[in-house]
Amino acid sequence: MEITVKLFAMFRVGRFAATTKKYQPGISPVDITTELNIPEKEVGIVLVNGRHARLDHRLLDGDILSLFPLVGGG
Amino acid sequence: MDKIIRVNMTDLSTRTEAVPAAWAGLGGRGLTSTIVAAEVPPTCHPLGPSNKLVFAPGLLTGTPAANSGRLSAGAKSPLTGTIKESNAGGTAAQMLARLGIKALIIEGLPKADAWYSLHVSMEGVAIKEETELLGKGNFAVIEALEARLGKKTGILTIGPAGELKMTAANISVKDPDSKIRSHGRGGLGAVMGSKKIKFISIDDQGAPKVPIADPEKFKTAARAFAKALLDHPVSGEGLPTYGTNVLVNILHEAGGLPTRNFTVGQFAGHDKISGETMHDTIVARGGKPKHGCHAGCIIQCSQVYHDKEGKYVTSGFEYETIWGLGADCCIDDLDDIAVADNLMDDIGIDSIETAVMFGVAMEAGILPFGDGKGIIRLLKEDIAKGTALGRILGGGAGSVGKAYGVTRVPVVKNQGIPAYDPRSVKGIGITYATSTMGADHTAGYTIATNILNVGGFVDPLKKDGQVELSRNLQIATAAVDSTGMCIFVAFPALDIPECLPALIDMINARFGINLTGDDVTNLGKYILKTERQFNMAAGFTNEHDRLPEFFKIEPVAPHNAVWDFTDAEIDEFWNF
Ligand code: SF4
Repeated sequence: MEITVKLFAMFRVGRFAATTKKYQPGISPVDITTELNIPEKEVGIVLVNGRHARLDHRLLDGDILSLFPLVGGG
Repeated sequence: MDKIIRVNMTDLSTRTEAVPAAWAGLGGRGLTSTIVAAEVPPTCHPLGPSNKLVFAPGLLTGTPAANSGRLSAGAKSPLTGTIKESNAGGTAAQMLARLGIKALIIEGLPKADAWYSLHVSMEGVAIKEETELLGKGNFAVIEALEARLGKKTGILTIGPAGELKMTAANISVKDPDSKIRSHGRGGLGAVMGSKKIKFISIDDQGAPKVPIADPEKFKTAARAFAKALLDHPVSGEGLPTYGTNVLVNILHEAGGLPTRNFTVGQFAGHDKISGETMHDTIVARGGKPKHGCHAGCIIQCSQVYHDKEGKYVTSGFEYETIWGLGADCCIDDLDDIAVADNLMDDIGIDSIETAVMFGVAMEAGILPFGDGKGIIRLLKEDIAKGTALGRILGGGAGSVGKAYGVTRVPVVKNQGIPAYDPRSVKGIGITYATSTMGADHTAGYTIATNILNVGGFVDPLKKDGQVELSRNLQIATAAVDSTGMCIFVAFPALDIPECLPALIDMINARFGINLTGDDVTNLGKYILKTERQFNMAAGFTNEHDRLPEFFKIEPVAPHNAVWDFTDAEIDEFWNF
């Protein structure tokens, strides 16, 4: 299945801003962060199709996954 | 000894008073709101003789406590008609605190057709007639006053917008680099203009250190507090690296980035104006990605932005301004937005109100969406010069909406709604609706918990838990706004258990008292209720705690969310 992965803030450094590629069916965001060498405790916000999700959320074909470190503003 | 200084502009006299016992434990917002509520008739005209403009440093301002150098300004707001407190960084707060000035209260209106300045020093306050700097922008005022009075002079000033009493006018505060921070919201610059005060200069030479009752206890608490600030990923790493503008991409992804005058929740040009792009641009052009708005800030969310030639354009370039001119006005050129930001500082007009206003002006057809150069032109040619159009624009989003018959006008209590769509981030909608200040995201920043996973998580698209979240945050914020702390200390305070006790310990050590966590919560409740009481006596009711109708009937993409709280659900907010 195809997933679009978007990275933000420090996660982009040495990686990429966005990419769409094929993954095994049934994977979760945590599989993708592991593949990208992003430690779990550095993950601040996980969005799937613009909605907050957990790292063990089951991804579906065509999903957009957005990963942010813990950042904030105001 | 701490004192209260009163300046009477009607008879041009000043008076120094002892601090009344009831005000002794108050600072910042708690003090400005208490004074305004006690002394300003709620139904008075905000630009008339009965309104008072009050400045108060926070309880910890002037001490070595990290991030404690914010100044509160309060009055009845000419924009909202409610009570108003707006706080800012810069150098003035710490100078006033060292001078032992707990509050500076400016009353009355001059009889003569003249303009004045105030000079605050160890000798008290001197009122002088001012002619030379009238009509000048804030940067020219700062430059001239540094030449006149010395580089170290603290300065509070109004630009042309304040002189013209525009309801979006702000009060500018000189920062450590002789640039500008602002008491932005609510038109307090117009109140200062109504009192015919062009600037207030501050000289703290000869002032003693701020006294601390228990220095050892203070030091220990201050160290624990600073550690919490540096340990938390948001205040320790995120804010210093990307500034507040990191939010552009987050809100875009979450579908809560108000775009094209609040018609959609995502902006196609988001990456061009994002914090990530801004960071890389600043570094490439030799600007400063991190920078503090006052000495003692260890978070440093601010930055210095240069143009393509490497020359200074603006600093303190915040998410709200970039969102407003960017997504809401559909301008995807960060350089144009930076130029406009600097112009707004110079003219002395609130960059949030003005950005929201331009979104409405674009919908009204005054200029097309995306026209960055048009915004720069209108700022220079109309707002700064006070043409008839400029005065309508300078009145903020509500003013333009009325003048041009626009129905999609994002305001609550006539104050522009900032950078988070209340349909898709529902907690912040409760804050906009119920804040005693009119639409104000800082009053109860639910984005932390709705979007950023700080202090837990409350789903932004559901109604559950939002009223309680906003209430708790508004109570805590009112208390924090009284300490002189920058509101970003809330990020570590929400997550790191040692942070809030350390803050309370610093207050206790400063004054030799024994506040508990409950006392601090009660202070926050007292402040909100005092402010609400003022507003009700000014004619506000529950029916004013509402969002504009279009949020209920126009779903916002991508989640197609609408504002679906009932009136009774919103009114639950005040149940404490
Ligand atoms: S974190 Fe930002 S707003 Fe807060 S004190 Fe520092 S520079 Fe000012």
